[in-house]
Amino acid sequence: MGRDLELLERRLLFVTGKGGVGKTSVAAALGLLAAGRGQRTLLVEIDAKGSLADVLETRPTTFEPREVAPGLFAMSMDTEESLREYLKLQLRIPLLARIGPLAKSLDFVATAAPGVKEILTVGKIAWEVRERHYDLVVVDASATGHVVGQLAAPEAINELVQVGRIRDQTRWMIDLLSDPVVTGTVVVATPEEMPVTETLELVDRLEVETRVPLAAVMVNKVLPELFGRGEQEVFDRLCEQPHRSQLASVVAGPVDPVLDGADLAVRLRRSRAEHITRLRTELPRDLPLFYVPYLFTRAHGMRTTRTLADAVGAELGY
Amino acid sequence: MSTAGLEQLCASREIVITCGSGGVGKTTTAAAVGAMAASQLGGKVLVLTVDPARRLATALGLERFGNVETQVPPELFAAAGVEPKGELWAAMLDTKQSWDDLVKAHAPDPETRDAILANPLYRNITSKFVQSHDYIAMERLHEIHRSGRYDLIVVDTPPTRNAIDFLEAPDRMADFFSSRLLRWLITPYRSRLVNAASKPFYTIADRILGSQFLADIAEFFVLFQTMYDGFVERAEAVSRTIADRRTTFVVVSTLEDAPVREAEFFMQALVERELHLGALVLNKVLPPWFADDAAAEVADRLVREGPEVAAELARVGGADVGEPAQVARVLREIGQSYDDYRIVATREREKAASLARHPELVVSAPHLDHDVSDLTGLVALGRALW
Repeated sequence: MGRDLELLERRLLFVTGKGGVGKTSVAAALGLLAAGRGQRTLLVEIDAKGSLADVLETRPTTFEPREVAPGLFAMSMDTEESLREYLKLQLRIPLLARIGPLAKSLDFVATAAPGVKEILTVGKIAWEVRERHYDLVVVDASATGHVVGQLAAPEAINELVQVGRIRDQTRWMIDLLSDPVVTGTVVVATPEEMPVTETLELVDRLEVETRVPLAAVMVNKVLPELFGRGEQEVFDRLCEQPHRSQLASVVAGPVDPVLDGADLAVRLRRSRAEHITRLRTELPRDLPLFYVPYLFTRAHGMRTTRTLADAVGAELGY
Repeated sequence: MSTAGLEQLCASREIVITCGSGGVGKTTTAAAVGAMAASQLGGKVLVLTVDPARRLATALGLERFGNVETQVPPELFAAAGVEPKGELWAAMLDTKQSWDDLVKAHAPDPETRDAILANPLYRNITSKFVQSHDYIAMERLHEIHRSGRYDLIVVDTPPTRNAIDFLEAPDRMADFFSSRLLRWLITPYRSRLVNAASKPFYTIADRILGSQFLADIAEFFVLFQTMYDGFVERAEAVSRTIADRRTTFVVVSTLEDAPVREAEFFMQALVERELHLGALVLNKVLPPWFADDAAAEVADRLVREGPEVAAELARVGGADVGEPAQVARVLREIGQSYDDYRIVATREREKAASLARHPELVVSAPHLDHDVSDLTGLVALGRALW
């Protein structure tokens, strides 16, 4: 199955998850981690919202990859550019003169012909992998709702289009995408109800509707356990009177915010632990599950991404 | 605390549209606002939601009903300790079903209707394309509003890649159906081949897609063309409903980087389109007492001088709290935890300040222990927002 393969030994990783779980940050962290280990790595942002540029603290990414850190390249997907490149490379059609009307009607064709936009996206990525321009390609893929359609596009097209050039093209894409030694999907979740539910549904759908192998589930923003054995009881007694007042007089300052803050931390951690348990019990047994800690930091951008990369690296055993 | 509330807003509008990026509690907020409006303001209130959490669906009694509007049982309100003045109704958006209904309404004859519904391309487009979700949500809203069945409709928007996509969906749909390209494509396939001007396009398209597939597409659009007038008219009416002064938008966000950026972008988009921004709801906000400087000093001291404080505590009568070394550890841990959360709370306050260019519109809701799973939870959240 390839599931015992180390995550970064693959050559293509699709990172997906529900909106808001930190999918882009995790993708960028995996990219940084791989580049730091000497792998020439390409990060691809699919939904060009500029989030990737933000977490890498760089100017907006373009279709043309740019080196953003040593050995780490970043690009954003643009289906129109992808079509141009495809026509140039595969059909050897002279540029621009004839592409004009075609490019203009791309939006239309993409809407009319299911999967065209998706195939241009997945096709470009698969091509970069096949041509071995990079050791590893990490894709900040679409959110849970759309990623299945994207990953299933080559097969869908293969079924819909009976003849023609595209059908020939989808064959090698399917082979590459379904090879567990080459390709893997990483589903990012946070320990909350909806992200866990969507993760479980997505894992099912990816297995049923696509042939792209699952590589791992990453639980992001895991809160630390506050107390060790027996300490919760000590804390509970501390919160009761007269101890609460005694503590206040000893430290000669407000203790309520500190005690209430710890109580909030415990409750948040506890409610999240339930969701982690649900995830662990309901996911396939052989699917690796990794935990990435919540970062109590006021920083953002590259600094946070590096911290996250370190945390992910520690979890992966690097 | 908040200076604003949603009560006035809900009392003066007929449509409330919640929007924001994924994972910020948009659906829950919409349901909480609906529950409050039904219980406090009265009348018939509908919550139209896209994809509720299962527990939330159960809380609203939605599980069995899908596309059909269903009343939330008044007993659920009673169980939550609320005596509602009005009725709360809920419905989920079933994209496929809604598209089918639309086709049934606009198809010129049964044959065309059946041919469209059976067309594989139609199925693909309606079930897979995000834009079609955006459009159908607005379309359904328009339809329900026009029916006059409700005093207030609270809509939870679909999770779009780009928050403004659904605002533009009706216009895009109208553009699409009236485009020259479409008309050109549905001229009979053969006559186009003899047209020299379009030949390069078809030569290329044939080589890429295969001519049979292209012909299939053309056929599908020939069928859809019959519904052209109805669709464009409808899309324009939907646009007018969104811009109507009876409609307001509530932007929902947490105070994390990405959602805040999206919220700012969205508020800007509303202004540019001259749409009504009614409120900014900030969810999962850490309590204000994390900003307490004196408490921060206490926390620092617990971290630095845990053993001393523990010893002193034992001396003033707190010996039964626990063994001193263990108490010292707990004190250090809670001090550290306070410092950690304070960092996040500080960042949140900065984010909130940057968002609050219209402070009168900002409403904050606290971090809840649990995901909202019943009407009691919804009412609790609703009260914080009201």
